[in-house]
Amino acid sequence: MSDILRRDPRKEWIARNRLHPEHLSVLAEFGEGVSAATEWMGPNGVLRRNPHAVGFMGPNGIKRIDRSGAQQGGPAATGMAETKDSRRQVTIDDPAFLVAVVPDMSGGRLSSHDRDLLGLARQLADADGERPGAVLAVVFGTHKEEAFDEAGVDRLLHFDDILFDGHAPEARLAALAVVEGELAPSHWLLPDSKLGGADLGRRLAARLQERPAAGVWQIEPDATAPLGWRCTGRGAAGTSDIQRALPRIVLALAECAEPVSETRHAARPLALAQPLPSLLARIEDLGSVAVDPAGVALAEAEFILSAGNGVKEWEGFHHAAKVLGATEGASRVAVDDGFMPRDRQVGATGTWVTARVYVAVGISGAIQHLQGIQSCEKVVAINVDPGCDMIKRADLAVIGDSASILAALVEMVERQREEKRDAA
Amino acid sequence: MQPEAQVPYAQLEVAVLVSVGRHPLTGRARRADQDARGVELALSLDKARITLLHAGTLDEQSESALRGYLGMGLPQLTLVEQPPGADVVPALADMLDEARPQLVIAGERAEEGEGSGLLPYLLSERLGWPLVSGLAGVEKVENGVATLLQALPRGQRRRLQVRLPAIVTVDAAAATARQSAFGPARRGEVEVETAAVVWDEAQSEWSVAPARKRPKRLKIIKATSARERFKAAAAKAEGGSGQVLTDVTPEQGAEAIFKLLKEEGVLR
Repeated sequence: MSDILRRDPRKEWIARNRLHPEHLSVLAEFGEGVSAATEWMGPNGVLRRNPHAVGFMGPNGIKRIDRSGAQQGGPAATGMAETKDSRRQVTIDDPAFLVAVVPDMSGGRLSSHDRDLLGLARQLADADGERPGAVLAVVFGTHKEEAFDEAGVDRLLHFDDILFDGHAPEARLAALAVVEGELAPSHWLLPDSKLGGADLGRRLAARLQERPAAGVWQIEPDATAPLGWRCTGRGAAGTSDIQRALPRIVLALAECAEPVSETRHAARPLALAQPLPSLLARIEDLGSVAVDPAGVALAEAEFILSAGNGVKEWEGFHHAAKVLGATEGASRVAVDDGFMPRDRQVGATGTWVTARVYVAVGISGAIQHLQGIQSCEKVVAINVDPGCDMIKRADLAVIGDSASILAALVEMVERQREEKRDAA
Repeated sequence: MQPEAQVPYAQLEVAVLVSVGRHPLTGRARRADQDARGVELALSLDKARITLLHAGTLDEQSESALRGYLGMGLPQLTLVEQPPGADVVPALADMLDEARPQLVIAGERAEEGEGSGLLPYLLSERLGWPLVSGLAGVEKVENGVATLLQALPRGQRRRLQVRLPAIVTVDAAAATARQSAFGPARRGEVEVETAAVVWDEAQSEWSVAPARKRPKRLKIIKATSARERFKAAAAKAEGGSGQVLTDVTPEQGAEAIFKLLKEEGVLR
């Protein structure tokens, strides 16, 4: 290329004319930055802004400044407003230490308790910027979780074996003991929950002969403690707070820390070098026992079939609940009209439910009702009105007549059970 | 009908570990709720010989609490003398190793002291016996194998089989304990045994305070601009991410729901 400096008088003219529609993009092309000139520190230490350098031309030729932050114009003024994931990607290649977390994975996904625990693990791992630690998640059995990276997991150790399905505390403990021998994490964090974490954590502590801290809900840095942290945990059946140096094994309560939200992590799969030892299980799992769904308290039911004003055929609804094995719930209208008892009412004035799956049949979704189902994981709506609020909340919405959809569902479930029985 | 099958297991040796509880409101010593449920569970077993075991001191308060267990219809309680601040695990493990009961029942955690619920686990590791936690009931004990009903969250139950001897802990879902009767409680005997004392040194370094109310988690809105903050404050029901099926036959709709229920594993 020749080194003759070519000038474009037209562009120079545009660059001088700050009212020209292409002014900002031409300025950016010329290099000297819009960015350099927009903000500078004034002599009194106050940040000064040049209002002429920001903003864009509105449709009728008037300059507009959008202060919402969604700034247009400027260098790439062609309207390519791509929504970028603003979370920082963090990759830790050789960690100084490992923080092992054994999530409950109830229903095959990270629960909110597990996420809190991972947040706590991140606190421990990221405390010292010079020697960052990595968070290792140890997951047993099959799972459906895809967002380990968003939850703050650097390394993922997945024991995918039929051995670990169901209630297998001894097999899991043996696997954790191998992890301890091979990777020697500096912390073990387990949820102090009824879903298995409390049991497994105590077994692990007994096996490793470490004294754990149970019911931990807060940790603070403390230079005098051996591990550099101090923790506060509940003692004496929740009536006292015990403050002590953080031990290696921690059983933490829900909401012990904020879940990770600002960063994404690698969640790199990891495998153990040695195979797991085979052992004879002394506890045999004979499977879950059918419990009467009507006897389960509404607040702790796992699967709720709830009826509202749209249900006309109550026989069919009760039959469906029975066949599906769901606990029955109702909206306020259904209760007021006398179709369901008062103790089955879901919502702000009734029960706040925590079901994993909530099927709303003919419920339009008043705000009081939606409050009551806030903590439900999956909401299915069956309704005739496609514009109602319940449809907006639902993960799956079917528009149609509830009676016929429920009848079809019941038939499908019964047919499938029949097939299973024939096969067996 | 079959005496030869029943003779060896005519008597099931059951040891129940009991502790001194604390009333949540008054703070007085009482029989601990979960341990009392454990005693109730033992009493519900067929042909069981029950021994009550407690490690601690005998004073006025603890005696009245321990007699609460005797008032449930048991003649005797064995107390292993241990001063406050002692590690009771070695003493209890020695006692159990000597007595060799087939089933050891304990509560989930103590109502006093650390209350970490670790004791049954330490005993299980020390004695090498399997442990099952969170029991709702014992279905049957046959030929040295116990069939147990474990309580899971959300009112669910799971059936487990474990080879005896075993240690089990009782869940709050187990049957409530019967009332304690005054007469049997007075008449029952407390047999005191001495044991070597191992001090729990770590506990002296802790600071213990009455439980503080935990701070409520705030809804944190991460907004960089006024518009986003306003949007978050004025937001109604979230969503929009859900799948909406319009103009489908009831069968197609049911199919989709069925698939979701199947995926979530709520259908049995």
